[in-house]
Amino acid sequence: MALDKPYKDIPGTTIFDSDQARLGYHVNQFCMTLMKPENRERFLENERAYLDEWPMSEAQKRAVLDRDYNALLKLGANVYYFGKLFFTDKISFEKGASLMAGMSQDDYREMMVSGGRSPDGNRFIGEKS
Amino acid sequence: MARLSAGVSMSHVPAIGAAVDLGKTDEPYWRPLFEGFEFSRAWIAGEKPDVIFLVYNDHAVTFGLETIPTFAIGCGERFEIADEGWGPRPVPTVIGAPDLAWHVRQSVIQEDFDLTTLNEMKVDHGLTVPLTLMYGQPAEWPCRVIPFAVNVIVYPPPSGRRCFELGKAIRRAIDSFDEDLNVQIWGTGGMSHQLQGPRAGLINQEFDRNFLDALVDDPESLAAIPHVDYMRDAGSEGIELVMWLIMRGALNKKVKELHRHYHVPASNTAVGHIILQND
Repeated sequence: MALDKPYKDIPGTTIFDSDQARLGYHVNQFCMTLMKPENRERFLENERAYLDEWPMSEAQKRAVLDRDYNALLKLGANVYYFGKLFFTDKISFEKGASLMAGMSQDDYREMMVSGGRSPDGNRFIGEKS
Repeated sequence: MARLSAGVSMSHVPAIGAAVDLGKTDEPYWRPLFEGFEFSRAWIAGEKPDVIFLVYNDHAVTFGLETIPTFAIGCGERFEIADEGWGPRPVPTVIGAPDLAWHVRQSVIQEDFDLTTLNEMKVDHGLTVPLTLMYGQPAEWPCRVIPFAVNVIVYPPPSGRRCFELGKAIRRAIDSFDEDLNVQIWGTGGMSHQLQGPRAGLINQEFDRNFLDALVDDPESLAAIPHVDYMRDAGSEGIELVMWLIMRGALNKKVKELHRHYHVPASNTAVGHIILQND
């Protein structure tokens, strides 16, 4: 019997459930190491070599190297974990969110200051606002 | 006897802490947010609570994926400030209230809420930003704090109903503690926000305002909201609002609303704040 996962039809959203946490265990635990400055330094010196210390899939390593955050979400990483990559790259959470939203940081901030992204049309995949 | 006098809720966005730490609170972007806490800071200076029972969530700082407690109570004597990756926030060490914390732990577990007990832990912005919003930048926090961490990151978090009922059990535990203490309970996190994916930036002001209204007069209706409704309507991280129901469950059925503030945005998040006094 499969579990009920009623959140699968929320557009542009990956819920960090058991499937994702299982898939992303090693990539997330790699991210945890970036809270220490000496690890950030060593990672930035040779990202590939640092990533190769972890039993992550090639696709996960590629997504980290490319800073492809939407790909990372699909591959089991969670934003509070890969947020450590934002710190490593010295970008804000606002900037990170704008990248995932496919917007410039200025446009993203303008959207937020204007009240944020409306839920209308954004609740279900295929929904028209 | 210990007395639970009030409940407070507020969002705990890290950028709010950074704005205070870097002296940016008077900038046009931030001023409206902080103005909404001026009442609160004057109020709490008069109330002088002895202990804050502070419900929050850790953000992959103290808890990675190696251990994921659903509910964890901090029973330690002190809690150092975590380095989340940019150095620890320049705020005082958090002093615990171990006698009350151990008492609550024993009482609540006997009511079938199986808490994890933590004696050694560091606390992140989820706990320190609310203290900053209410107390500013003192040399020492003027209260003791019981950190109460809730998993809202690895799905599923506890249900709203479970949180509400747990709040009631915490209240019974506080009421049965012999020491004469003025205790407040804070529920932090939320309101609507989504930090991830192409839908990042979602804000639902109607949802948030309805939530604030019902929190005062009809919290039972909020306890019935399923997880998927929060995630769909208030953003994937809007699920943090279940923590506010622990706060509300601990208060009397009838409460007096002393103050409310709502502001969009702080970084990616809708900031809500409410103070409820036990009538």
